[in-house]
Amino acid sequence: MPRAIVIRAAGTNCDAEMARAFELAGAPADLVHLDALIRDPSRLGRYGLIGLPGGFSYGDDVASGRVFAMKVRERLWGPMREAVERGCMVIGACNGFQVLVQVGLLPGPKGGGGWPTDRPPAQEVALTDNAGGRFVSRWVGVTFDPASVCVWTRGLLDAVPPEAAGDVSVLPVAHGEGRFVAPPEVLDRLERTGRVAVRYAENFNGSAGAVAGICDESGRVLGLMPHPERYLEWTRHPYWTRLPRGVREGVTPGLAMFRNAVSAAALAERGSLTPA
Amino acid sequence: MKVHRFEVRRRDGVDDPRAAEVVARSRALGVPAQGVRVARVYLIEAALDEAQRRRVREGLLADPVVEVAVEGVSPPAGRVIEIHPLPGVMDPTAQTVREAVASLTGVEAGVSTGWRYDVEGLSAEAAGVLAGKALSNPVIHAVHDGPVLPESLPHGTEKPFEVRRVAVRGLSDERLAALSREAHLFLSVEEMRAVRAEFERIGRDPTDIELETLAQTWSEHCVHKTLKSTVVYREKSGGPGGVRLSWAGRPGHEVHPDGSVTIHNLLKSTVAAATRELISEGCDWTLSVFEDNSGVVALDDRWGVNIKVETHNRPSAIEPYGGAATGIGGCIRDVIGTGLGAKPIASTDVFCVAMPGRRDLPPGCLPPARVLTEVVAGIRDYGNRMGIPTVSGGVYFDDRHVGNPLVFAGCVGLIPRGLVKGAARPGDRIIAIGGRTGRDGVHGATFSSAELESTSSVEFAHAVQIGNAIEEKRVLDAVLRARDAGPLFTAMTDCGAGGFSSAVGEMGSKIGAEVDLDRAPLKYAGLTYTEIWISEAQERMVLAVPEGNVGALAAICREEGVELADLGRFGTPGGELVLRFRGAEVGRMSMAFLHDGIPMPTREAVWETPGESPSATPSRAGGPPSVGDMLAGLLGHPNIASKHWIVRQYDHEVQGNVIVKPLVGPGGAGPGDAAVIEPVPGSGVGIALSQGLQTPVGDPGLGGDPYAMVLSAVDEVVRNLVCVGADPGRIAILDNFCWPSCAEPRNMGALVRAAAGCYDAAKAYRTPFVSGKDSLNNQLRYADPATGEPRVIEIPPTLLVTGLGRLADVGKAVTSDAKATGGVLVLVGETSGRVGASHASVLFGAVPGGTASIPGVDLTRGPATARAVAGMIEGGLIRAAHDCSEGGVLVAIAEMLIGSWGGRAGGTLGVEIAAGVAGGLTPHAWAFSEDPSRYVLEIAPGDEARVLETLRSAGIPAAPVGRITGTGRLAWRDAGLDAGVDALAKAWRAPLDW
Repeated sequence: MPRAIVIRAAGTNCDAEMARAFELAGAPADLVHLDALIRDPSRLGRYGLIGLPGGFSYGDDVASGRVFAMKVRERLWGPMREAVERGCMVIGACNGFQVLVQVGLLPGPKGGGGWPTDRPPAQEVALTDNAGGRFVSRWVGVTFDPASVCVWTRGLLDAVPPEAAGDVSVLPVAHGEGRFVAPPEVLDRLERTGRVAVRYAENFNGSAGAVAGICDESGRVLGLMPHPERYLEWTRHPYWTRLPRGVREGVTPGLAMFRNAVSAAALAERGSLTPA
Repeated sequence: MKVHRFEVRRRDGVDDPRAAEVVARSRALGVPAQGVRVARVYLIEAALDEAQRRRVREGLLADPVVEVAVEGVSPPAGRVIEIHPLPGVMDPTAQTVREAVASLTGVEAGVSTGWRYDVEGLSAEAAGVLAGKALSNPVIHAVHDGPVLPESLPHGTEKPFEVRRVAVRGLSDERLAALSREAHLFLSVEEMRAVRAEFERIGRDPTDIELETLAQTWSEHCVHKTLKSTVVYREKSGGPGGVRLSWAGRPGHEVHPDGSVTIHNLLKSTVAAATRELISEGCDWTLSVFEDNSGVVALDDRWGVNIKVETHNRPSAIEPYGGAATGIGGCIRDVIGTGLGAKPIASTDVFCVAMPGRRDLPPGCLPPARVLTEVVAGIRDYGNRMGIPTVSGGVYFDDRHVGNPLVFAGCVGLIPRGLVKGAARPGDRIIAIGGRTGRDGVHGATFSSAELESTSSVEFAHAVQIGNAIEEKRVLDAVLRARDAGPLFTAMTDCGAGGFSSAVGEMGSKIGAEVDLDRAPLKYAGLTYTEIWISEAQERMVLAVPEGNVGALAAICREEGVELADLGRFGTPGGELVLRFRGAEVGRMSMAFLHDGIPMPTREAVWETPGESPSATPSRAGGPPSVGDMLAGLLGHPNIASKHWIVRQYDHEVQGNVIVKPLVGPGGAGPGDAAVIEPVPGSGVGIALSQGLQTPVGDPGLGGDPYAMVLSAVDEVVRNLVCVGADPGRIAILDNFCWPSCAEPRNMGALVRAAAGCYDAAKAYRTPFVSGKDSLNNQLRYADPATGEPRVIEIPPTLLVTGLGRLADVGKAVTSDAKATGGVLVLVGETSGRVGASHASVLFGAVPGGTASIPGVDLTRGPATARAVAGMIEGGLIRAAHDCSEGGVLVAIAEMLIGSWGGRAGGTLGVEIAAGVAGGLTPHAWAFSEDPSRYVLEIAPGDEARVLETLRSAGIPAAPVGRITGTGRLAWRDAGLDAGVDALAKAWRAPLDW
């Protein structure tokens, strides 16, 4: 059974629900402080799943996720690269996504070039203030691109009756700095290579290409601004009392994402990086 | 050491919403800037070589994709304004950068941050207006008209230490009064006399720290001396309004032959008495009431939930952002510091402010729109960073809050039932954890107990502070680990008002304590021992830790990045408080005198029965407005209008357990009656949170009675909770009194009546008060700028009732949005046509056909109605339930429709109001009276008979009032009403769509 590590720091605040998401999906999860991991990076080798949760790491002072990302780049790059190379399933939600892009783990190496070994790659995309300049907490309609290479977002709505899919395909967002910014050629490359895993149906924060989440080339590293870990039960849906009973008996897209990851990590443990 | 200056700004071509916001504000102020460029400024004082500086610039300060960073001063692009915090003001970003620079380069640095605005097209004068009115607050900021690059950053200077004594023995009353005022002690002459007597008895004068300790401990804020005092209450016959109350037989009340009433300890005889009696009558689910930092009730066999609501009014008047942020921060610490530690799981906030458009401001007052914007930002930035969902609240607008805004911040925690109580033991170490102590917040407790004057912002700038939520989050993480590792401590409390003096004083009140003040970690040099003792610097907790556990606690704190200091030990031979600084004794006091020595004078209270409410007869030319016009006007009244602008800025979903959101329905547009949370995910057991605030019903200006106001508020909170599915037999409530000066017998009389209302309502609804807090002297004193005449603006007597309900099964929760075509709307409760103090009569001057008096709560029927509605929700008979409240029944129905709109379901639902629903009333009176104890329910057509029969057999008036249609219109032929729901939604959302 693969284990999950949820890496927290001062100001992380969605760690408990992310750990719960992994556990409900079948992977025992440990909450580990970033500083403790920096003191003993070899611990990372024990895990098949890595979660970077939401929150305001180090107050998001300077900018969202900046100090967390700086610490990973400076102190943890080697072990993180190794984890990704051996097929670890990685998710960064909200603040975790902001960390992943600033570390350079997303979008990741260009066209099969492999990861640089000595230093993290240069940052290519950014998440910055919402177009409205304000923090926004709400549920928003999203689409999961079926053509994406993302392992996390595969078949999330397969079990949902088509007439309910639109109601079910929503995720909660809560951020002030979630506007996805990418140079046109980078966005174009991401679109062409199936790396835009989640898109806003309503582009409330002004993201380029309405991008809500992207993955790396392998599809195993996912970063997204919405919070799938807040959508593990139907009673979290914004108007769940209206959903047909049949829908409410299935698995939420939020939980389905973590289940996908745990299955893929279990396969990887057995030596296969190809998801079933 | 050299100070290096860095500037970080947006790359050209990348939108900068912050700059756009400054342009918008400059336009709103009438000093329109043509363009604004914004840069963050970092001043870093450290020995950094060029390579290190580049790493700081590129690896820490700037985002390579969207930002550029330069070292030094970039060329101006217009007139330069720089805003920097005043020395000593909390600067969380500076603290983070200091730690990050150390981590990146290994170099210890001093850091300070600021903002640079390059403004195009403004004169120096206009730029000054923009800087002063939109970009800074002189209480915490310095404004510079050019780039700042100091030789060094301020560090504070050490002062020579000497023990100061203050002569009180033999002083005349006049001199005592002068001393109290000049030293900002805010003690009354009676209290100063008691101090004089005590030190005459001991045979020495007090040291300054002893006097300050008394002032803090005896402050209204800390000891609630007004609510605990003996009161003599008299009634005077005035007008025919108000409720006739019987005073005989009430606990702690003595009725005299002349009709006057003596009440011994007002709080104990009313609010607390109700809880005590309910417990003795079998209410077995309260776990800790009125004894800790918050009240605790049972959730299930393993867990309790604790709740606290605080006010932070005075600081918010002067610096709304910092005031609100530290208000919620302090309330969160109260919840954490209950028993042996709770995890905060939800926050609430209620604001009372002046109408946003108000222009003529008394001197020293901030514009109401700015106050509201900044208090919201303060709650947002603190609550969101703490990771606690702010799920419930409200705003009440009234111009009497112009200088005295009210900021109520609430917090709910989850606590293991076995850890609800703690007590320090002799020998335990006094351990302070969290933020460092600075001069910030000195005299906050005494300041909060004084009335505001127009000069307060100058005189009390030091009482105001900025919070650092991440420091508190670290403290929370450490406390919960230390709790679960043992617990490693025997008691805990937060450093709130009064700082260490209150925290250590309270924890050691029975056993004494000795404190070495020089052991407290300081933000900067130069604090006196007294400042250390009474500083209200934020984000600090005090723990009582058995000697053997200190090492384990220190290890946890180190891992979490929390500073820990051992200040001394609990327990002294005589139960004394002993204070030392650098080995010398600076204070020694008996805990008994400190906690019980305060004189409790008898207070005078007078109640003059009020006159009629303002006339209900239409007075305007051209006839009264139509029902439709009044409905649109009410939906657009800021008290009723949508608060989505506030709700959406709060992360109300963090922790992932919110079952009923603050805004409900497919488009997230409808007002939820209460928020529901599942504190232990997967358990199925929920809590519900809401408030009742019925200020107009008690408003003397409207012929109101504070007694009736409290009944209405309790009824309202019960309705709100019942509407989402809470069990009315398991509702705990909290009282927060905010009152004008109680030295005025008229206001004290109003307080006595409100307190009586608390007792009667709590007993009738069987809702125990579990915690409460009061804030008195809420009035603004100033000199009229035109005439120089002295003026006072008193706030209306205000009681916020917060309710905490329980749902045995969150799967049965109900929301207020209308659900489906064909549904039948049933109005439960009696509609009297009395429109006194209603929003319609205040807004339009009159309601055609309405009766002038104010409708009141029937204490038998109100609770019975709540039980009946709850029973039907439990039985699955109710599709939607909405509290019928501000604005009346038509507003409630409109809100249910607005809630059904939006999202993928699209807007199609409407309502056809049935013919003849008003019965003997005019359509206006039926639609706009605000009778309490009413609910609007949507039920499936087939359940109509059953629902009506259930209510009828319980003796509760109920009638079908309309049917849900698919027309998208709210139509009522009797009243000539036919309004599109989209137009109603627009009217409702517009006023506060900021």
